[in-house]
Amino acid sequence: MATTLKISAASLAALFAVLGDAGRRILGPAEVDGRIELKAVRTLAEVAGDQIQPVLSAKETAFPRVERLLSYRMAPGKVELQDYDPEVQPTVLFGLRPCEAAGFNSLDAVFNWDTRDKFFNARREQLTVVGLSCTQADDACFCTSVGGGPGSTKGSDILLTPLPEGGYLAEILTERGEALKDLAPALFQPANGEDKEAMLAKVEPSFEHQGLAAKLPGLFTSDIWAEQSLRCIGCGACAFVCPTCVCFDIQEEADTKQGQRLRCWDSCGLRQFTLHASGHNPRSAQSERWRQRIYHKFGYFAERFGGPMCVGCGKCSRACPVDMNLKEHLTQVYEV
Amino acid sequence: MASTVDPLPALSEHAPRVREDSSDFFGADPMLPAPYRIHKRRQELSDTFTLELAPADSSRSLAFGPGQFNMLYAFGAGEAPVSISGNPANPATLVHTIRAVGPVTEALWDLKSGDVLGVRGPFGAAWPVAEAEGSDVVIVAGGIGLAPLRPAIYHVLNQREKYGSVCIYYGARTPADILYRSELEKWRGQFDLTVDVTVDRATGKWSGKVGVVTRLVARGGFDPSQTVALVCGPEIMMRYAVKSLKQQGVANDRIYVSMERNMKCAVGFCGHCQLGPYFICRDGPVLRFDRIEPLFEIREL
Repeated sequence: MATTLKISAASLAALFAVLGDAGRRILGPAEVDGRIELKAVRTLAEVAGDQIQPVLSAKETAFPRVERLLSYRMAPGKVELQDYDPEVQPTVLFGLRPCEAAGFNSLDAVFNWDTRDKFFNARREQLTVVGLSCTQADDACFCTSVGGGPGSTKGSDILLTPLPEGGYLAEILTERGEALKDLAPALFQPANGEDKEAMLAKVEPSFEHQGLAAKLPGLFTSDIWAEQSLRCIGCGACAFVCPTCVCFDIQEEADTKQGQRLRCWDSCGLRQFTLHASGHNPRSAQSERWRQRIYHKFGYFAERFGGPMCVGCGKCSRACPVDMNLKEHLTQVYEV
Repeated sequence: MASTVDPLPALSEHAPRVREDSSDFFGADPMLPAPYRIHKRRQELSDTFTLELAPADSSRSLAFGPGQFNMLYAFGAGEAPVSISGNPANPATLVHTIRAVGPVTEALWDLKSGDVLGVRGPFGAAWPVAEAEGSDVVIVAGGIGLAPLRPAIYHVLNQREKYGSVCIYYGARTPADILYRSELEKWRGQFDLTVDVTVDRATGKWSGKVGVVTRLVARGGFDPSQTVALVCGPEIMMRYAVKSLKQQGVANDRIYVSMERNMKCAVGFCGHCQLGPYFICRDGPVLRFDRIEPLFEIREL
């Protein structure tokens, strides 16, 4: 159903007003205290242009860091349970990089695996992803090693790609993308054989993810996991910024009469993640937690869902306080 | 960088799911517990107790497969995964035997008859009681590992004619730690069952067997080539029990173990219970041994 159109910079700016009038919330990468973050914007001018990508991922628009699952009130011999539906709002995620957009495919797979998660899906159904192809990359980027690319359409409803002559190529990829375009069809023009690749960043592949997955079963007892994770301090920042990490904890906030249950982001890199009430911890060393992270993302998940649970965005490497670079570590594993 | 581990088995070989039994439950929000009222609380051991539960606001019965578990929710403290230990032929009463070891199970310990707790489930894969029909059945349990196996024992006894020889081998730390003692004694009095109990440490007036449960397995009482073995207990005990069963000649694809991991969501989202490629909440807790054998030999997963 994909159709390829064009949109000028002026028309794109006009589209923001149309979206606002149509009641859409627009979230885009913008500067906040010197950092690039995803925030509510009203105009194209507010969107940060010259940047690789925000520190945090867009996953929290569908999978917030804290979600209230239920609350309850206790009376003698009785408990009243209160169920919740998340408050949602039609939202356009404008200017997500193709890696981040692809991250939603991983989240969709997990939260609809064999039980549908109502919280995630209610939020997700309200999202329209307008991707923006990359014209620059940095040392942390490795999308082309994990099945993506600076102009990949995965996960986007519309993908915009900057053109040398100004304006953007606009690939309308899904029904949601079509619906967004139909709010202002006159702003779009037919494409005319423009070269999508002209402005795209060059990201050289560092490894090949199927080959990496094939290596893993034989490396389970290898020393490489301890060597790579010696400097890991187990802070969990990598999972916190990751567009595909989905592990969560469930926490209780309660007094003797009432309380609520909250779902909060968690990380397999944290020691408490696997700790049993008995004190037994099946993954007691950081190297085992690092190994689990790599095996889950590139082995187990890939086998279950057909591709890695990683989009090569490099957010984890940029956020890591001890400079662990995922691309370099994966390349090292691949080359064993 | 030595590579000593066999490739992991393909995920397509997962044990069959039993979740169809509870389709009524999964039509609703699986994260929302149903209120259950405690009808009876029985002290089993110094740190172990049994709760009998029924729905607080409906008469629905919770059909379950032997070996499946529920998330039990102590309001204000949190949830813990606990295997069902009642009779699957009587799903109207939900029975859980619990050892108080952490904040949640200690909060459950404090509950009294008439109190309300939350239940989500049943979750997970069951013991292969249907597949075992026509075979000898060897049940090897250690400590509180007998609780998740009791529904399988009830099932086999309910349909005794469908199975060959049935052996129950149980090991406890001391005589005071023998779970379901009066039931074990009753089963031991039946002519169509082999029941044997051993303790690690004899205390009091114990004049029964002393030693690890694997020694009971070595005494046989079953035809290894026609046996399905169900094993549950501490991981170290399961490791040696499996070794002993294999020495007797039981094939590793006819041995089943029930695994324990930290769990939060119980529906395959939260990531906590992963053991290699498996989610214990969904692919387990009961796993066919040949599927996890490569992982079982390695400490720390």
